[in-house]
Amino acid sequence: MITVQGKGVSAGVGIGPLYFYQRAKTTITRATDADPEAEWARFKGAQTAAIEQLGALAETARADAGDEAALLFETHQMMAEDLDYEEAVEALVRGQHLNAEAAVADTAARFAAMFAAMDDAYMQARAADVRDVSRRILRALTGTAEGGIDAPGPALVAADDLAPSETVQLDKAKILGFVTAGGSASSHTAILARTMGIPAVVGVGGALKPEFEGRTAIIDGTTGAVIIDPDDETRARMEKKREEQLRLQRLLESLKGQENVTKDGRTVRIYCNIAAPEDVPAVLAADGGGIGLFRSEFLYLGAAEAPGEEEQFLAYKRVLEAMDGREVIIRTCDIGADKNVGYFDLPKEENPALGLRGLRLCLAKPALFRTQLRALYRASAYGRLAIMLPMVTGVWEVREAKKLCEAAVAELKAEGIPIAEKVPLGIMIETPAAALMSDRLAAEVDFFSCGTNDLTQYTLACDRQNNDLGRFYDPHHPAVLRLLKLVADNAHRAGIWVGVCGELAADLEMTETFLALGIDELSVPPRSVLPLRNAVRMTDTRESAPRILADLAASRHRI
Amino acid sequence: MKSFVYTIQEAIGIHARPAGLLVKEAKKYQSTVTIVKGDKSVNAVKLMALMGMGVKCGDTVTVNVEGPDEETAAPALEAFFKETL
Repeated sequence: MITVQGKGVSAGVGIGPLYFYQRAKTTITRATDADPEAEWARFKGAQTAAIEQLGALAETARADAGDEAALLFETHQMMAEDLDYEEAVEALVRGQHLNAEAAVADTAARFAAMFAAMDDAYMQARAADVRDVSRRILRALTGTAEGGIDAPGPALVAADDLAPSETVQLDKAKILGFVTAGGSASSHTAILARTMGIPAVVGVGGALKPEFEGRTAIIDGTTGAVIIDPDDETRARMEKKREEQLRLQRLLESLKGQENVTKDGRTVRIYCNIAAPEDVPAVLAADGGGIGLFRSEFLYLGAAEAPGEEEQFLAYKRVLEAMDGREVIIRTCDIGADKNVGYFDLPKEENPALGLRGLRLCLAKPALFRTQLRALYRASAYGRLAIMLPMVTGVWEVREAKKLCEAAVAELKAEGIPIAEKVPLGIMIETPAAALMSDRLAAEVDFFSCGTNDLTQYTLACDRQNNDLGRFYDPHHPAVLRLLKLVADNAHRAGIWVGVCGELAADLEMTETFLALGIDELSVPPRSVLPLRNAVRMTDTRESAPRILADLAASRHRI
Repeated sequence: MKSFVYTIQEAIGIHARPAGLLVKEAKKYQSTVTIVKGDKSVNAVKLMALMGMGVKCGDTVTVNVEGPDEETAAPALEAFFKETL
């Protein structure tokens, strides 16, 4: 038995023989004295064939994995029939008398290099698309068959890496899982595997050896383990795991559209954390009730200068409209600490986590804050917006921020720009100071949301970025839980709601505790919505709440 | 020549798919449609060049329409931009 480790990117266990994806080798000959008319006709023929194949692939993808997957092939089709691409090939064929194969290969290299040099990660990724489309035209030119696997029945498909067109072309009924040497969680193969519900492990590297061909293997898309020639005991254990996961998957699917309600009728809102407008489809697909934390930093990070009001307004509006009346809580700029940008021109700090960050930075740079607030209030007319301030330690900061909010609203009203009648304003509780002052803070705002990652870091004096602290960085620490209880009690006494939006919100070991504390909202990554809903529906707070609260009061909760 | 100025609303800018739709739209007219951003300008029927411009959300572009059907093409293209980009 051989065990190798990769990165699990699509959950599930796959068991079966492992076969490598065979790519037919395309040999490109190069001639510089070819007949231009004949070569041009060959190119046009191959181009037409590629366009037809891509049209058929788009339909297969639509049936297997939905419109989103089909879009990819429609884009490839547009590239294959692009005038620019065609003209580049034509110039080489007619101008330099290259043969069609060499002209396509050179054109592919040229456009791929152009995309790879762009400053935007999305456009850089298009380089792979140009290469993929060009390989298709080359196969048509050279009469090479498409790749595939040479397996007698259902199999685990292994490869260095798979292009999306290769992934879609495979017969889904015969794929037990994917395992690749390269790739990442955001590669096309990983995304398609998740959409199709096929287990996948990527990034195995050189440990994925050709001699594994045809041997029995097990892949675990959760842990990233790949086991070759499993012994009987391992096989039995993994088969059981597969059964359990399939059962869970069916259960979670059945929970879509259901309420987040405990056995004794207590409800909690389950919202999602997102980092960019592109994350909204995942929220809707996962049946998230709203957005509990929209990190606005994506607008600031990776930009050459501070984002303007119009750019921000459009991004916020897009999310609000896409969420169609569901609540969207946008956190104002939380730059500083581990997230820094050059154009803010911030002096280097010894302890950035304890420095000028979050609301502190916004109050220190009111012009930047004003731009964001104007963009937010303008966007408020297009959905159900709430604004949340990060990194609060005391009452005066909130009062000062509220004045700036009021000023932005007054300006917009004077300009005759429509804004929502009510835009709730809340704060993150992520410092022990804010937790301890939560009785007074509750009188100032409409809601609290606890950021447990920072709250743990500051309460336990543990640097989140220091991996050596391991067991000392414990978000289940009773000190953190006592603060959460204090915050929840103070919020409810003041009649405002309280949520949790840190990583802890998705920790199913904590669900009973949050329900016992009376947390009103949990904001989690989209993939955690249904597992969390399941955990809520399994809970009976009549039994769990008294036990947990007594444990907490007596510090029995792990000291 | 007819022209209009437009600010891109599409969150990821003129990326692959909207660019492809724009190419299809521009091909409907006899007029030459040119997209200008800063000192760069490209013919709107060329997908790779359009994508290569890297037009992002919030960027303002000028669209020039020149040819026999420019009177009808320009308003139709403007409506297309509002709808798609």
